[in-house]
Amino acid sequence: MEKVLLKNHGKADSHKIANYIANGGYKALAAALKLRPDNIIQMVKDSGMRGRGGAGFSTGLKWSFIPKDPTLQKYLCCNADEGEPGTFKDRGIMDHDPHLLVEGMMISSYAIGATVSYIYIRGEFVYGARRLEEAIQEAYAKGYLGKNIMGSGFDHDMYVHRGYGAYICGEETALLESIEGYRAQPRKKPPFPALAGLYGKPTVINNVETLACIPAIIEKGPEWFSRMGPEKSPGPKIFGVSGHVKRPGLYELPMGTTARDLIYNHCGGMLREDRPIKAFIPGGVSAPMLLPADLDTPLDFDSLAAKGTMLGSGAVIVMDTSTCMVKTAYIINRFFSHESCGKCTPCRDGTPWLTKVLRRIEHGEGRAGDVDLLESLCGNIFGRTFCPLGDGAVMALRGALKHFRNEFEYHIEHKRCMAS
Amino acid sequence: MLSAEAKKEIETALKKYHNKRSAVMEALRIAQRENGGHLTRQQMDELAAILEMRPVEVNAAAAFYTMYNIDKPVGKNHIQVCRNISCSLMGAEHLIGHMERTLGIKTGETTQDKRFTLSTVECLGSCGTAPMMQINDDFYENLTEAKIDELLKNLK
Repeated sequence: MEKVLLKNHGKADSHKIANYIANGGYKALAAALKLRPDNIIQMVKDSGMRGRGGAGFSTGLKWSFIPKDPTLQKYLCCNADEGEPGTFKDRGIMDHDPHLLVEGMMISSYAIGATVSYIYIRGEFVYGARRLEEAIQEAYAKGYLGKNIMGSGFDHDMYVHRGYGAYICGEETALLESIEGYRAQPRKKPPFPALAGLYGKPTVINNVETLACIPAIIEKGPEWFSRMGPEKSPGPKIFGVSGHVKRPGLYELPMGTTARDLIYNHCGGMLREDRPIKAFIPGGVSAPMLLPADLDTPLDFDSLAAKGTMLGSGAVIVMDTSTCMVKTAYIINRFFSHESCGKCTPCRDGTPWLTKVLRRIEHGEGRAGDVDLLESLCGNIFGRTFCPLGDGAVMALRGALKHFRNEFEYHIEHKRCMAS
Repeated sequence: MLSAEAKKEIETALKKYHNKRSAVMEALRIAQRENGGHLTRQQMDELAAILEMRPVEVNAAAAFYTMYNIDKPVGKNHIQVCRNISCSLMGAEHLIGHMERTLGIKTGETTQDKRFTLSTVECLGSCGTAPMMQINDDFYENLTEAKIDELLKNLK
């Protein structure tokens, strides 16, 4: 398969604009600026592109919600607050091919009429932030940013905004609050950001990988994209694989590649021959885990939803038979509890309560009835929180309980682990 | 007191935004860096004046994010070890124990000579190269005990 998202990875100085241009970069921008903005939105709609941040909403449709009134200030925000444990795909793009993101953002901004854009990058990605700042400076120097870009009459300014340690900023309205200088707590929707987003103005928020797909859609056409992978969930996808495999890392493959193909062919199989796979998480820690029997599931939005889990960020975490599922559930839950923003009670009080119970089970201090207590707490969090963070915590835990309830009960009864 | 250089940098940051308040995160980052890794109340009051915010609003913004160290000095080398799922699967706890023994401190503490602070964090987005840690601005990946020993020796 011809790569488009990771094509420049591994090349010397792939982050420099001269090399990006030598490899065909910024041609898509030049072509896009000759098209009408609504034609570009239609092309993205026709491509069938669904957002790569996790929710899988149609990108073209999201763009089409932006009011057409030319007198309104509009914004594009790139969500580069990559923080879902297991996920490292956006960092790969920003560290190695920052101009791919800049070009994708330029085309997207032109399509929606945004004259200002922000890249919201998590604070820990210092290297990526510097790369992006350098790339933006290079683009200004070439006249690809600023006034009258490539003689089109379109003006655009792009800035990097650094986060400083808060997973919730990946939630799009919390991200906007954060840019505006407030505590990053999610906003009530509606109004949706397309009508009242950053500073109350129409705003599109897209994930890094989503925006990085846009130049290829312009250059190769929407059919190229829509014909790759499943009909309702097409295109190239970066899978980030971590855990007990021989070759963890980023793999750009067609959407709908099976977990078996990814793990056993691309990643070289399990890390240790004597430890087969026990379970895998298909899309970052919010996604309920699957079993070896599910390895032939195509990794795409709909196939995974049909299995009761989700593609999420495409972060595949592989666990072998030495893995304790109580410990796994505890570590994952501790993350959500740590990252709860404190806005709503079910999440703020519920996730630490789950962590407390999981911790005592993991440490051999579990009590009879603790599994029922976990399930009851899950029921009081799920669907009752302001944003999806609390739901993510519950989905992850319910996945572990569904498949490995016996391990939790063994921990409580025997005060030790059955896995190790 | 913020240096003239820091104030100039904050002025540049202000130009990125529609209003002054939006520059608060960038201003806090600049102030923290200037102060060697942590923020003081006095600095935040100064930022409030520059950004036309109430001091309590600057404090509220800073307190929300884990990377601002309010009134909490950190060592010259702030070691942050990831302990979330991908790193844990690859032995993060073992490495944290090793570092606690080597540095003679517990997680969350700073060595007496103020050279090292050891913290744990929940996922730094480097899961394919686990286990990993961050020291100040830089990532160190595919860690082993031997790699850590070499690294700590060179940082001393």
